[in-house]
Amino acid sequence: MDAGEALLLLLLIPGAAMLLTILVPSRHANVVRWIALIATTATLIDSIWIFAVYDFAQGGYQFDLQYPWIENIGFLGENGISLHLAVDGIAAPMVLLNGLVGFAGVLVSWKITHRVKDFFILFMALFTGVYGVYIGQDLFFWFFAYELAVLPMYLLIVIWGSTNKEYGAMKLTMVLVGGSVLIFVGIFAVFAEAGAGTFDMAVLRDIEFGRGFANTFFPFFMIGCGVLAGLFPFHTWSPDGHVAAPTAVSMLHAGVLMKLGAFGIIRLGMEILPAGTDFWMPVLLVLGGVAAVYGAISAIHQTDLKFVIGYSSVSHMGFVLMGLGTMNNIGVNGAVLQMFSHGVMTALFFAMVGGLYDQAHTRDIRVFGGLVRKMPLFVIFFGIAGLTSLGLPGLSGFVAEFHIFVGTIDTFPLFAALGILSAALTAIYVLRLMGRAALGPFNPRWENLKDLSRWEIAAAIVLIAPIIAMGIWPDPFIDRIAPTVAELPNIDQIGGLFTLSSLTGR
Amino acid sequence: MDLEYQLIIPEFVMAGLAVVIIAAALALRNVDQKWFGYATAIGLAVIAIVTAVAYWDTNDDFGTVLAVDHFTVLFRVFFLGIAFFTVLAAVQFAGDRLKNHAEFYGLIVFATLGMMLLAASRELLTAYLSLELLSFSFYILVGFNKLNPFSNEGSLKYMLLGAFSSALMLYGISLIYGVTGTTTYSAIGPDVVEGTRNIAEQLASFAGGSGGVDPDGARPGLLIGLVLITAGLGFKVSAVPFHQWTPDAYQGAPLPITAFLSAGGKAAAFAFFLRLFSEAFLPAAAEWVWFVAILAAVTMIVGNLMALQQTNFKRLMAYSSISQVGYLLVGIVALDAANISQSQDAASALVLHLIGYVTTNIAVFAAIIAFYNRTGRDDIVDLRGLAERQPFLAFAIAAALFSLAGMPLFAGFATKFIIFQAAFNNGFLWLGAIGVTASFVSLYYYLMVIKQMYLYEPEGSDRERFHVSRPLAGALVVLVAGVLFIGLYPTPLFDVIHSSTEGLFEQAAALSAAVMGQ
Repeated sequence: MDAGEALLLLLLIPGAAMLLTILVPSRHANVVRWIALIATTATLIDSIWIFAVYDFAQGGYQFDLQYPWIENIGFLGENGISLHLAVDGIAAPMVLLNGLVGFAGVLVSWKITHRVKDFFILFMALFTGVYGVYIGQDLFFWFFAYELAVLPMYLLIVIWGSTNKEYGAMKLTMVLVGGSVLIFVGIFAVFAEAGAGTFDMAVLRDIEFGRGFANTFFPFFMIGCGVLAGLFPFHTWSPDGHVAAPTAVSMLHAGVLMKLGAFGIIRLGMEILPAGTDFWMPVLLVLGGVAAVYGAISAIHQTDLKFVIGYSSVSHMGFVLMGLGTMNNIGVNGAVLQMFSHGVMTALFFAMVGGLYDQAHTRDIRVFGGLVRKMPLFVIFFGIAGLTSLGLPGLSGFVAEFHIFVGTIDTFPLFAALGILSAALTAIYVLRLMGRAALGPFNPRWENLKDLSRWEIAAAIVLIAPIIAMGIWPDPFIDRIAPTVAELPNIDQIGGLFTLSSLTGR
Repeated sequence: MDLEYQLIIPEFVMAGLAVVIIAAALALRNVDQKWFGYATAIGLAVIAIVTAVAYWDTNDDFGTVLAVDHFTVLFRVFFLGIAFFTVLAAVQFAGDRLKNHAEFYGLIVFATLGMMLLAASRELLTAYLSLELLSFSFYILVGFNKLNPFSNEGSLKYMLLGAFSSALMLYGISLIYGVTGTTTYSAIGPDVVEGTRNIAEQLASFAGGSGGVDPDGARPGLLIGLVLITAGLGFKVSAVPFHQWTPDAYQGAPLPITAFLSAGGKAAAFAFFLRLFSEAFLPAAAEWVWFVAILAAVTMIVGNLMALQQTNFKRLMAYSSISQVGYLLVGIVALDAANISQSQDAASALVLHLIGYVTTNIAVFAAIIAFYNRTGRDDIVDLRGLAERQPFLAFAIAAALFSLAGMPLFAGFATKFIIFQAAFNNGFLWLGAIGVTASFVSLYYYLMVIKQMYLYEPEGSDRERFHVSRPLAGALVVLVAGVLFIGLYPTPLFDVIHSSTEGLFEQAAALSAAVMGQ
């Protein structure tokens, strides 16, 4: 495939929408909303097209597109810094995920009335940044996009957030930017060590870095990116930030942004410094396992709906990190599946909670009861998210977690047990939540609640479709992810009972 | 000796412009004072354009004291641009709050003249005189608001410490002269090669009191002279620990002068720094690089930590500019005697960061001047609710502060990326790491300002929306566009800079080739 312009569009469309929005006078709120909706619709279609057309039989990086930006000057050689875009089988589902969540995010943001214009400008900046990370193939622009995805969060939370937003926003920004300091240093070190005069990842991937160098700088990437993925013990920004953020931002943040962290570990860590994986990946697996259990236990204790979901995100991202830590084809495959699955699921969660909070002005689980009588659709959608979260077969969460556990059993059986335990804990908090708030005796205080608006219903359907699709027919995802994962350096190929074919039926 | 006076016509014209502006004010008493400002701005713009067009391909020396090469021309245009935007931003401010406008603008022009000569100097005494012309103009300008005690205090402190630093520098120059017998950069260079070859031995014999005076003269004097010059320059650029005057001078000075001081003053001192260290002292890099590296590290750390506690916006910007000096010094540290192309990269990275920083800083100050024109207040909390009252100003300040913190889309990201990479390539991993961490800390205090503008509602009696005067708004649009342009596509600028820094290393390249040949 050689249609890299499709990737460029992913950056140009939201970028153009951002510029266009700046030019619209702020009193035309609806114009601003429609610009955002049209832009995200276009990017969603583009993302679906890229996902569909990605040629999995061929594998590897496709849609390659490269424009030099600065080259042959000073320490920069040919293609020193270039706008280099490409997707592989791991990035393709992530691009789709961002398209879906961004589109749904605009739908649920329809009800925002305060400074609509500013909101969508920042939203589009964030959205562009996330795409840039998924498709970027040049360390300079990769890092550029990474920071661009983090930075608007501060203003988005401070202006439109709730519940302790100043604290949450500052904590989130400082922790994440602190993590990117490590990435920054790591990138410099890799560039200087490689001596190739280019920040092009395609070149750097082919350079063999020594074991000592890789062992020293792998943690810069692992921790730097891991912070964004909720790596224990640097995860505390995540629940605070999620709770403080407005609905659409929580969706994008938990749904897409946290995945950037795990994605960065694959892109920078596993691909560029494979010699460091032997030593550091087991550490990642242990930390991921701890986060999975710890997040689940914390979620059980929470009374604020968003805190429950915030900690559940920490727990589920723990699974992702565990999957990466296995360093075998099935585990890493599962990690990528989980990134997608958790992305849509948690976006759905936050969309639903937002819909409830805007009417009820509280998220305290204890005061709700019998919501199903007033908000049946809300309960159905929320229930689907909950069931995905606890890994019900037939929904996407099961497919992903199953891969991760199979992969973990092969390398660290004990941690597979830990993972399964935390899946069981997930069942406890999800079912309790459902039993208490959705079912149970009806609390007359909520007599005036209305069901979801049509925008929210549309958003929910967009997000539920892939959950179910992946749950009953994961092949399109696995077809794309598995060959790419198998080609990553240093990946163990597990055979026997757990071959890929036994999972996919091929 | 035939001197080619046509090389320094722009400097003559600048001196003429200053005199004409001041004289015109005596003659034209009934003219609205703001026209002097606009006349100065137009004059500066014309000189800048003509200089750029007429001298771009020039590469010649004026005697042994001034060089008119790409580097000089680039900095001439750069300084004229700084002065142009400063004057434009100052017109309304001066009209409202200052007297004797023509002298005000005339002194700005004189200071700019000093900067232009400084960047062109290839001889220590010429450089010193240019620096003094610059400094004396600034001493007066800082104290220009003579009824304001803060202005007086700032001016006095600046002048006393400035005189002290000048004395240090002069002493350093005299030592260098004593050792090498010359004050021209080109002659010092080869001597430094000779002198540093066994400098450690000589130091040992000197300290041992063996009485065996080196037949070449006391070479350690060279090193001491170098340290003294660096210290003197440290005062001028306000590197820690020589930074004490900065916050007071910045706070006391009229706002446009604070802008000019933080932009032009720093840029000129760094042009001098760069030319001196790359043309004269580069061969001795191994001797001074650690000294400058520590200076850079301390400056970055202290500047940022002190900025965290500030409540006044001007003082915040003072400490922020100190920390920026630390980043710029990283570029000096990345100069490498053994590797000329690495040195040139470092010099280009430094100039690129300098231009990015200056553009950003003038943008911040132009916005703050517009705010001050309306409110007369400059504490950070006074910015509350600015996003409601004047969204464009809030956006400009936020964009510029993000740029200073090194965030993407804005100039700071690209320029810091390149300057830190230069340090990494020269093996100064730790210094680059400190730099990145320091700019992470800086994000916190910049965010505190942005929070005031965006999070809170306007307070106090004056909560209305307000307009920014047209020239100032126009200048601000251009500056913010510049910040975005350098952040998104620095390539053309970097190309120009790289071609201008080449000349700095001609001699070093020839020397190292000669050493290789031996």
